[in-house]
Amino acid sequence: MNERVKKLREQSINAKPSLSLERALLLTNFYQSSATDKTSIPVARALAFKFLLKNKKICINDGELIVGERGPEPAATPTYPEICTHSMKDLEILNTRSKISFSVDEETRQLTKDRIIPYWKGRSIRDLIFENMDKEWIEAYDAGIFTEFMEQRAPGHTVAGRHIFHKGFQDFKNEIADALNNLDFDNDPEALGKKEQLKAMEIAADAVLILAERYSEKAKELAKKEKDSKRKQELEQIAEICNYVPKNAPRTVWEALQHYWFIHLGVITELNTWDSFNPGRLDQNLFPFYKKDLEEGKNTSEEIKELLQCFWVKFNNQPAPPKVGVTAEESNTYTDFCLINLGGVKEDGSDAVNDLSYLLLDVIEEMRILQPSSMVQISKKTPNEFLKRALKIVRTGFGQPSIFNTDAIIQELLRQGKSIIDARNGGASGCVETGAFGKESYILSGYFNLTKVLEITLNNGKDSRTGKKIGLETGDSTQFKTFDELFEAFKLQLNYFIDIKIKGNNIIERLWATILPSPFMSLLVDDCIKNGKDYNDGGARYNTTYVQGVGLGTITDSLSSLKYNVFENKIINMEEMLKALESNFEGRNELWMKLIRATPKYGNDNDYTDKIMKQVFNEFYMSVNGRPNTKGGCHRINLLPTTVHIYFGSVIKATPDGRKEFQPLSEGVSPVQGMDTKGPTAVIKSASKIDHLKTGGTLLNQKFTPQFLADDDGISKLLYLIRSYFRMDGHHIQFNVVSADTLRKAQNNPELYRNLIVRVAGYSDYFINLGESLQNEIIERTEHLSV
Amino acid sequence: MKETRGLIFDIKRFAIHDGPGIRTTIFFKGCPLECWWCANPEGQKKEHEEIISPFQLEENDECIKDVIGDEISSQEVIDEILKDRVFYEESNGGVTFSGGEPLMQPEFLQSLLALSKQEGIHTILDTSGYGTQSIFEKIVDDVDLFLYDLKLLDMEKHLKYTGVSTDLILQNLSFLVDKKQNIIIRIPIVPGITDSSANLNQIGKYLSELKSIIRVDILPYNKMSEAKYNRLGKTYKLSNIAPPSDERMSEIKNQLELFGLKVKIGG
Ligand code: SF4
Repeated sequence: MNERVKKLREQSINAKPSLSLERALLLTNFYQSSATDKTSIPVARALAFKFLLKNKKICINDGELIVGERGPEPAATPTYPEICTHSMKDLEILNTRSKISFSVDEETRQLTKDRIIPYWKGRSIRDLIFENMDKEWIEAYDAGIFTEFMEQRAPGHTVAGRHIFHKGFQDFKNEIADALNNLDFDNDPEALGKKEQLKAMEIAADAVLILAERYSEKAKELAKKEKDSKRKQELEQIAEICNYVPKNAPRTVWEALQHYWFIHLGVITELNTWDSFNPGRLDQNLFPFYKKDLEEGKNTSEEIKELLQCFWVKFNNQPAPPKVGVTAEESNTYTDFCLINLGGVKEDGSDAVNDLSYLLLDVIEEMRILQPSSMVQISKKTPNEFLKRALKIVRTGFGQPSIFNTDAIIQELLRQGKSIIDARNGGASGCVETGAFGKESYILSGYFNLTKVLEITLNNGKDSRTGKKIGLETGDSTQFKTFDELFEAFKLQLNYFIDIKIKGNNIIERLWATILPSPFMSLLVDDCIKNGKDYNDGGARYNTTYVQGVGLGTITDSLSSLKYNVFENKIINMEEMLKALESNFEGRNELWMKLIRATPKYGNDNDYTDKIMKQVFNEFYMSVNGRPNTKGGCHRINLLPTTVHIYFGSVIKATPDGRKEFQPLSEGVSPVQGMDTKGPTAVIKSASKIDHLKTGGTLLNQKFTPQFLADDDGISKLLYLIRSYFRMDGHHIQFNVVSADTLRKAQNNPELYRNLIVRVAGYSDYFINLGESLQNEIIERTEHLSV
Repeated sequence: MKETRGLIFDIKRFAIHDGPGIRTTIFFKGCPLECWWCANPEGQKKEHEEIISPFQLEENDECIKDVIGDEISSQEVIDEILKDRVFYEESNGGVTFSGGEPLMQPEFLQSLLALSKQEGIHTILDTSGYGTQSIFEKIVDDVDLFLYDLKLLDMEKHLKYTGVSTDLILQNLSFLVDKKQNIIIRIPIVPGITDSSANLNQIGKYLSELKSIIRVDILPYNKMSEAKYNRLGKTYKLSNIAPPSDERMSEIKNQLELFGLKVKIGG
């Protein structure tokens, strides 16, 4: 890495995240003026967006080649009061909490109190959502049965398709003009609505052009003052580039990166979209420019690498916007889930790995920063050499890249009815979510606490933590004669809560579609323009709503324990078991030991438990899959936790698998922490009994100590594990390469381990930034070092 | 093949130091030797035995005892082996029979080898070589690769440190060489015991005259098993010996390579 990149990288890492009211104040000013009185909601949103980009501060950092910040400076993070309005207490927590803090200065506090809260209180979509939810939903939500993604952040969950690298915003505007011309007021009852949406999209397109123009002007101005002749020339070139893109389609790598970056800024300024945004299959999307640059001698591959590294820094400069309410204390990361995809297959099904894929791996290895995150797509056609190169980066213990199965992703997409071309152009984003890039809105609606549903079933509809009855009366569990009776009751309870969740989703989706449309995002995702429909209203070619199951390992082991210990071997009856759970195994050490050690556990390739896991999976799948959403698509499932397995655990008392009260649940499709005693092949076999292809993504975490991967032999063994898992349709696997000792040391001397990045669950984070319980959990995770 | 039963003390999946690829290793219980450095002391006795569990309920509680040794049928073992077939196929791995000493349960071993071969699974026998030649005659066709231990060539020392003499071991090795078997020799490097220049030269010279030795693996002694000795109530005689350094291992590698052998550090 050269001096320039080193400096930019340092600056980015050292930038202290702060809260910036720039966006909130501009937005409030805009809505308080009467500018929106005579316009439709989408047009008003577009005008507000334009107002933001016209008036926000322009920031070009010293030495950078790709320009544009979301806030007034790096790591100055905006708020989105129209979505959720931070209270004074939230600001206090953000400012003082020890992890993932955001500094909040006195002026920000004062303005929040005087300007932001008074205007947005009761107007934010968060307030509206809670107002519109019925009692059952609120009770289930409060009990921790599910979370709601859309109460704090906007439905984004999508990724740029290749087409945006070949179109300028002038092209989008032409398409809008065509669409407007084609509106059929005679026959289409929605024609007027479409007209308003298209007008809004056009305004949004102009808005980003204004931003680019302002950057161009700023660069020119800086160039004039610049003493250093080399930098002067660079700034002049930046001015030219910002003058050309994103209005026109890019012609070079530099233009392509700047083009994308303006788009990225547009998306994350318009709304605080989930998973920010993402350039998707970067090695594929950039390859034509890369090839042309090299052929024409415009750039050497070293220079292209430098541009890419400057591009990387831009992502790292934008921490995830902080949340409000309880989650402000708990939120565990600055990362905003932008996941760069490398490898995979081309549109014609052939292997897609190219020289740029390798160059990008070099970039990832050298940068070692939190954002963007990265992954490699491995198909059966991918050369082992590429996978090995990626694993050598995994070995450095920085948690990137994670490894995905292209063949599984394609089959998942095909199963959902996508075309083969759209499927091959797809990939995974966020943590592990499958999507048709550039064509699909695939919204994660919330995590679902499977284990909590079992707990409520065991207590006949009562939440044993609060004593409140919130579920169905599915029968007194001490009277159940067989495991099947218990499972039937669980099934009823599960469907009851899934119904509540889906009903909520359908209302919340409508609120977003009508109150907070996203005209800028709609420009980017096919076929919003063609359909004259907003991204949040089903304008995309494909519209999927996910419910994410959490704690598969814990619920499986709990059911396995009940089946084995209560119904079959009768070592304890249900009444006694419930008492033991209620008392957190107080004075029941011997029982507890049996539950931990002498009860079949998921993750050991043991059909007894794995069959139960499949039963749970199927019920969850059946209760969700295929149920319509309000956007012409349907609901589907995936299995990933991010860090919610900690929160979900904190609302559940002791469980029959021996888990003590309020301890974390298992995460993703991984076994319960420490219960996989038969090694990684057994874990992989167990996990492969899940029908991954029926999901939109699953997450499997494996931890290896560095010694394991010290030599090429270790790398090969890991490669075989991955190939085997993928042959059995596994969706994703990721590796933590750290020793428990190192982690313990890091826990005790955080100041000495500031560089230690670990992969948590679909993303990487600095270990010292993690909460203590998450730190402990990572330390405890079974180490598969083979001695 | 008739159903046989045997006594094992562990089945280890994802064994990656017991031959090529990803393997499953079956640990037979019972060994005619009693090497001072043995890493699997729980595999020596050919009956069930008790071991103190590393797991304890609470600090002051009595310790929990586990029983070591599983009586198991050859079919059950094969079922376990087959669970990882996909990994063997992807990695060119297979099954390794180790111990203890598999040769001590000849019928069980024979049946497992034959069943594995029927399933097309690559087989390795990890052996001290201490058994009668007639056993080797029976199994030799079903073993794809031998991991064959050589410790000390000096008869007296061998007797002292392992409890048996070298006769059978050397005879069997030359039998296998004559049969043109694939053999990897494994030498445990225990400082002060097996790593003397004299011993290594003797072994080097001896091996250089044998054909069909694919490679020599030198395995650095480690202290990982010390706790197990205590938990078994056995005395660990090597408490004062430190594991060989990396430099020492390279020296030994060089020394053996002078005999024209292919040498690898570690298994
Ligand atoms: S031959 Fe192997 S198993 Fe037997 S005592 Fe010696 S080291 Fe242990």
